[in-house]
Amino acid sequence: MSKVKVQKRELFIDMTAMSDVTVLLLTFFMLTATFLPKEPIQVITPPSVMEIKIPDANLLTILVKPDGLVYLNLDRPEDKKAVLDLVSKDYPDMTFSNQQLLSFLNQPTIGVPFSVLPRFLDMSLSDQDAYLKQSGVPTDSVNNQLATWIRYATQVNSDLKIAIKADQETPYPKVQNVISTLQDLKQNRFNLITTLKGMPEGY
Amino acid sequence: MAEINTGGGEAKKGKPQKKNLRVDFTPMVDMNMLLITFFMFCTTLSKPQMMNLVMPTKDAPKDINQQSKVDREKTVTIILGADNVPYYYFGEPNYEDYKSLIASDYSPAGLRSMLTERNAKVLGNMLELRKEKYKEKVTQEEFNERSREIKDDKDGLVVVIKPTKESTYRNLVDVLDEMQICAIGTYAIVDMTEGDEFLLKNYESKGAAFAETKK
Repeated sequence: MSKVKVQKRELFIDMTAMSDVTVLLLTFFMLTATFLPKEPIQVITPPSVMEIKIPDANLLTILVKPDGLVYLNLDRPEDKKAVLDLVSKDYPDMTFSNQQLLSFLNQPTIGVPFSVLPRFLDMSLSDQDAYLKQSGVPTDSVNNQLATWIRYATQVNSDLKIAIKADQETPYPKVQNVISTLQDLKQNRFNLITTLKGMPEGY
Repeated sequence: MAEINTGGGEAKKGKPQKKNLRVDFTPMVDMNMLLITFFMFCTTLSKPQMMNLVMPTKDAPKDINQQSKVDREKTVTIILGADNVPYYYFGEPNYEDYKSLIASDYSPAGLRSMLTERNAKVLGNMLELRKEKYKEKVTQEEFNERSREIKDDKDGLVVVIKPTKESTYRNLVDVLDEMQICAIGTYAIVDMTEGDEFLLKNYESKGAAFAETKK
């Protein structure tokens, strides 16, 4: 009996074309992508038919968690630095070392009361993120630090646009609190961040 | 590598050696795939949208009231109640009849059909403009300009939005969205008054609250 000889053939798949495709896709993704800003929590914004895109720069985002905690995000590092300067002038007993200033610029979210800010900035970045989850900028009428931050931010950058990014399940009084703070500061034009929903049929 | 010839040996003179010049691209593809995955997870393709909102200054809160005094007939007040139920009434609040307050919902058959019916004239103009926009007959600037003109129509509906403490942010955005869809030119977010609280109470107790005040 003669065995059937298995023919040995070299199996070489040419991956060049595949590589071309993946590089093309990669380029597409890199060019179209906008990075997600790091936020202490993920909020689900309500849908709306409005089609205005949020601006690329000069944006102050006020993040409102469903339980009413408020965070701030200033997109330009120069502004953040100037705002912190103004704040430390208000609180003479608070001085920030270069280390702390760097930490402040690296942490995208502003979300602690002034009193704990120096201690907060001494933490590592991951500790900061954990701390932020249960912190938030005080917004009560006696000690409205949200108003202070917004006032200084608009002072530093007059082109600043204000946007409120609230979770859809946030009770209205929590949002109203933020809106009335803005009204107190005479910031009557602001934006609500929403996700896109198609125009209903027939409209 | 095994295939590299060191030269000499049995190679014939003058004839250039044929080298197997095939680069294996598999690791390259692997790496690219990994990068693509990274980009897909860490980025957003679509930018979030935003809705602009202009609130009146706190110094002049009377404006909307004065205006609505003129066009009482064209005013609709929407009260955003608890459990995602909006209520609305036309014109002046009627404290005596609990049926003047109508419960609705946020579906197309609810608030939208009511607003569409009431705002038919302005909405008709707006729909025509939107159709033109869809066919790309008008530019974005023209569209903005003309939609502003249409919404300035004096016969347009005036909507007063009153969110209660029990309503959610989603309710507010939903109603603001309806303003956009139904081309309402004038609308304002106003705080609840005692009268409105009473209206709600009267509605829930089916007129009993009003009967009590008469005693």
